[in-house]
Amino acid sequence: MAIRPLLSRTLGLTQTLTHSHSHSHTLTQLRGLQTFSLPDLSYDYGALEPAISGEIMQLHHQKHHQAYITNYNKALEQLEDALAKGDSSSVVKLQSAIKFNGGGHINHSVFWKNLTPVSEGGGEPPHGSLGWAIDTNFGSMEALVQKISAEGAALQGSGWVWLGLDKVSKKLVVDTTANQDPLVTKGANLVPLLGIDVWEHAYYLQYKNVRPDYLKNIWKVINWKYASHVYEKECP
Amino acid sequence: MGSCCYSPSPSSSHLLATDFFSWGFKSSKLPFLQKRRFDRSQRASKICGYYGLRTPPYKLDALEPYMSLKTLEMHWGGHHRNYVEGLNKQLEKNDILYGFTMDELVKVTYNNGNPLPEFNNAAQVWNHDFFWESMQPGGGDMPKLGVLQQIEKDFGSFTNFREKFVEAALTLFGSGWVWLVLKKEERRLAVIKTSNGICPLVWDDIPIISLDMWEHAYYLDYKNDKGKYVNVFMNHLVSWNAAMARMARAEAFVNLGEPKIPIA
Repeated sequence: MAIRPLLSRTLGLTQTLTHSHSHSHTLTQLRGLQTFSLPDLSYDYGALEPAISGEIMQLHHQKHHQAYITNYNKALEQLEDALAKGDSSSVVKLQSAIKFNGGGHINHSVFWKNLTPVSEGGGEPPHGSLGWAIDTNFGSMEALVQKISAEGAALQGSGWVWLGLDKVSKKLVVDTTANQDPLVTKGANLVPLLGIDVWEHAYYLQYKNVRPDYLKNIWKVINWKYASHVYEKECP
Repeated sequence: MGSCCYSPSPSSSHLLATDFFSWGFKSSKLPFLQKRRFDRSQRASKICGYYGLRTPPYKLDALEPYMSLKTLEMHWGGHHRNYVEGLNKQLEKNDILYGFTMDELVKVTYNNGNPLPEFNNAAQVWNHDFFWESMQPGGGDMPKLGVLQQIEKDFGSFTNFREKFVEAALTLFGSGWVWLVLKKEERRLAVIKTSNGICPLVWDDIPIISLDMWEHAYYLDYKNDKGKYVNVFMNHLVSWNAAMARMARAEAFVNLGEPKIPIA
């Protein structure tokens, strides 16, 4: 069981991290409407250093992701109200808030699982079927890394860069989405295997405006085991 | 480019040098003019223009403690400078986009909604110039005279305007800007938000004040506390003097009301 380092205790946090790999979203039932809550990380905030600083991980998880969840829950509650009243214009008006905050929750939940400390296999390239698929689709692991890093660096504004699987054609794709749009907005059959957050909040405190450096270093803590796991589930 | 272009400031043309005029331009002593870069290696037949990075009208640490020196150095010296250099690099390979002032370049590269690759850099250069000039040390407080009158006319009260402005800033999804603009068609002030690098010039509206809501603008100083950043901007940074100058110029292009005809 990983116990929080001293830093977090002085901040008054008593969260103990567990290595439970059960459901990622903790749902609670409230008047029939499911509300979402912040999933735990399976590693300490500082465990991804020096690739990603503990300060960023803490802010990213406790502030940004939490804000998306809070606003998502709020929007869902308002949606429920609007649906009950048959208030179509409110229903439609809420869609952008749901897409943004819900997308933020989805994306970040995947992101935390895409990262793991070096000691737990972070950065270790995938073996097995995903490794083969990468070589087939992109030529080599290096080529894939190059492509993802290049697309991530070229993204204007805020967004994500993804390695996805088209579960119908069984092909791997590299794509980007803007703001908090989840990968499905780029293709209904796309399943995210790996997503990298290129919003400035994901790297600014450490890398400032040098996004390419962030993209170079994050590969050291990428959890290919999780990506392989998702891939094998879709392509048995 | 014979169209009536609104020029937000007298010397908004950053156009430094073209190969056409082979003058040895010495750097002017005026505080806000930047170092001029002059590429002498161009062959006589090639025409090209370069834009320069304008310095903000105050020292980089003048906005402390509301916007730190570190942020200014990073934001102006890093991001803004990258946009300028990126733009120049793109223009090197482009023969058509020549001789425009910065606002003309923004409108042309926007291409009526189908932006050219140069748009992002051009627009962001313009946006950041406008942003630095929208702030001043000892800013904030309230507008006076004509600007205040117009705000009260179009929003009901200054408080109402401020609320709308802050709300727009906090409900922006992703990266973007919040603006107080003078709408040419509707002939009134409005608060609008734009994504990424879009700026109201492309719709022929006249910007009066802007606020950068890209995370790089506030993250070093305020981390994720957008609310604090926006309030600090309204209370301590926004330059109503700049707004007044811009309104005055805008009134030459937009008929805002009944003329005051002097009685003989």
